[in-house]
Amino acid sequence: MSSLLIHSPILIIAIPLLAAFLTPFISRVSDRARDALVIATLVFVEFLVIILAVDIYRDGPHIYALGASSPLLAMPEHYMVPVRIVLQVDAMSIFMGMISATVSLAAAIYSVSFMRNETGKDKFYTLLLLLTVGMMGLEFTGDMFNLFIFLEILSISGAALAAFRTNFADALEGGFKYMCISAVAALMILFAVGIFYAQYNLLNIAALGQAIQYTMLDKIALTLLMMAFFMKLAGVPLHMWAPDTYSVAPAGITPMIYVASQACMYALFRVCFSLYGVTLNTLTIGWIVIVIGVLSMFVGVTMAVRQSDIKRLMAYHAVSQSGYMLLGVGVGLAVLGNPQALAAYGKQAMEGGIFHIINNAMYKGLLFLTAEALFYSLGTRDLNKMGGIAANMRYTSIFFMIGALAISGIPPFNGFASKLLIYESVYQFNPMLSVIAMMISIITLASFVKVFQSAFTGPILPHFRVVKEVPGPMLGGMGILTAIIIFFSLFPGLIVDQLIHPAVEALISRGAYINAIMGGMQ
Amino acid sequence: MSKIVRSTSEFLIPFIFIFGLYMIMHGHLTPGGGFQGGAVFASGMALLLVAFGSHKLEKKSKAHVLSMLESTGALAFIGLAFGGIAVGFFYNFLVGSSIFGHIPPSGPNRGDMWTGGTIPLMNMAVGLKVIAGLSLIVLVMALASDKTGSQK
Repeated sequence: MSSLLIHSPILIIAIPLLAAFLTPFISRVSDRARDALVIATLVFVEFLVIILAVDIYRDGPHIYALGASSPLLAMPEHYMVPVRIVLQVDAMSIFMGMISATVSLAAAIYSVSFMRNETGKDKFYTLLLLLTVGMMGLEFTGDMFNLFIFLEILSISGAALAAFRTNFADALEGGFKYMCISAVAALMILFAVGIFYAQYNLLNIAALGQAIQYTMLDKIALTLLMMAFFMKLAGVPLHMWAPDTYSVAPAGITPMIYVASQACMYALFRVCFSLYGVTLNTLTIGWIVIVIGVLSMFVGVTMAVRQSDIKRLMAYHAVSQSGYMLLGVGVGLAVLGNPQALAAYGKQAMEGGIFHIINNAMYKGLLFLTAEALFYSLGTRDLNKMGGIAANMRYTSIFFMIGALAISGIPPFNGFASKLLIYESVYQFNPMLSVIAMMISIITLASFVKVFQSAFTGPILPHFRVVKEVPGPMLGGMGILTAIIIFFSLFPGLIVDQLIHPAVEALISRGAYINAIMGGMQ
Repeated sequence: MSKIVRSTSEFLIPFIFIFGLYMIMHGHLTPGGGFQGGAVFASGMALLLVAFGSHKLEKKSKAHVLSMLESTGALAFIGLAFGGIAVGFFYNFLVGSSIFGHIPPSGPNRGDMWTGGTIPLMNMAVGLKVIAGLSLIVLVMALASDKTGSQK
């Protein structure tokens, strides 16, 4: 058990990778065996993530040096800097890892019946597992170059999956946009990594964090990295790919691509807090993050209100919700250099932002899945053509209602808990921002009332009278996410104390992150 | 293609293949390695395709076989990485053993093929993956352009 725990950071990445390349072989034998393999792999990954999380929350961060004579040996003998590929998993990384693992599992279960009648499923599951590998790697990696590698894995598999249903005309467009934006972002990151390597001869994030001077070149690198990550997380004004890609991706994949964007948001926070930390001008950079956050919130929600395609509507809401996370963590970043303000409201704002990440991954994932369940049963995504299906699709409408109430921040759901944390703390930083955030929450509710009213309520349309509830595995995938939402709604205090607070501490305490690698042999 | 192109390719292709394989085999000693060697090998496949047309090549190399070979390469690579898991992932467990196990001499020397442990084997695995993958890409693109051409 203890050796499984030591090796778990790499196993979480390596086992889905192994399974990804096994699926084409298993597919030749039987489809059923392949589905079982994919689900079993993701269940095992979830198990490893949970035991690793328990250990990290109890005993502190894990490191894993690949190819070393002991995985805990970050630096080889007689070396002053880490030269190996190092994974560094702290409370923040494993927190993101839990989100990715859970959503991937729910997505895979959902896909089993959703993809039943599609062809090329061996490739679909290979790509799905590779997308999981990309997210996990991005969240666990301890060096900049591997951050780039895993971002590429995530982007390529994400783009291929978004364009998977080539029988729809717009699928290729969505995939192509995602590919373009990812390629540009990846090149910018590679360039920034080159700048770091040329200056410091280092790639390891912790070692770079110790050496970084915040020279002119570092500022250029920071700009490149921030722009690349804003592109990948769909922050306004770089959000133009999100509605196209999210709306065409097969169900199950949409939540995964969304969580992949959140993994890129994690990378942004990691770069800002652990790599640069207080060396950068925190107030300016913090305000940049806040402004992009507020813009995303506002533009996302106003664009969402006028959509009639249910998935495009939800995609714009996804952009808008990302704004809340950027707002919360941006306020934390802005006051990072000011210990009093950080203790007074900065940490609370970050807790709100980070709690919103997991809440949003769950209810946004659920809403995407319900939207695609409607599409699966009705054959249309146009809200104007739907009506009164609550009677025939009871479970889906309950799931939708829970997701919609949670995203609009209605008490007692979990969206309310994280938004309240953000409102309260941001109010102390700048009251105007808090007012905007509240107003946007109201527009979100209005938009979802419209969806619920036009799709679910009223008399059933005659041609939908034969519509049936979606099959069991699809309900199962949605059920997993709903159960988590309800759990979070019932015990928000527990979640914030046990999960969110350590993650925020891990993100803020840059010294501890650097020390885990540079602080000598363990 | 014309007879000149075909006979020149016939003459060149074996050398391109051998050079590609050489780069894969010597990846741990000289510049190059699995990816570069595989790309060189696949460029030979591209030449074959240009010179002789896609239909002949399609008969010889089935797309699903290439796809399987690609997965095999990837699996072999990950398998080798898992081989060292008793110590650590990617641990070079073959150093000192009877397979590629020599410890390389220090200082200027001619290079010993039988060194590197798992690295030459990983190069071969990557080489196999790249050969299969790039050949598949070239083949699929040729077939796709053939089909659009015949529709015109």
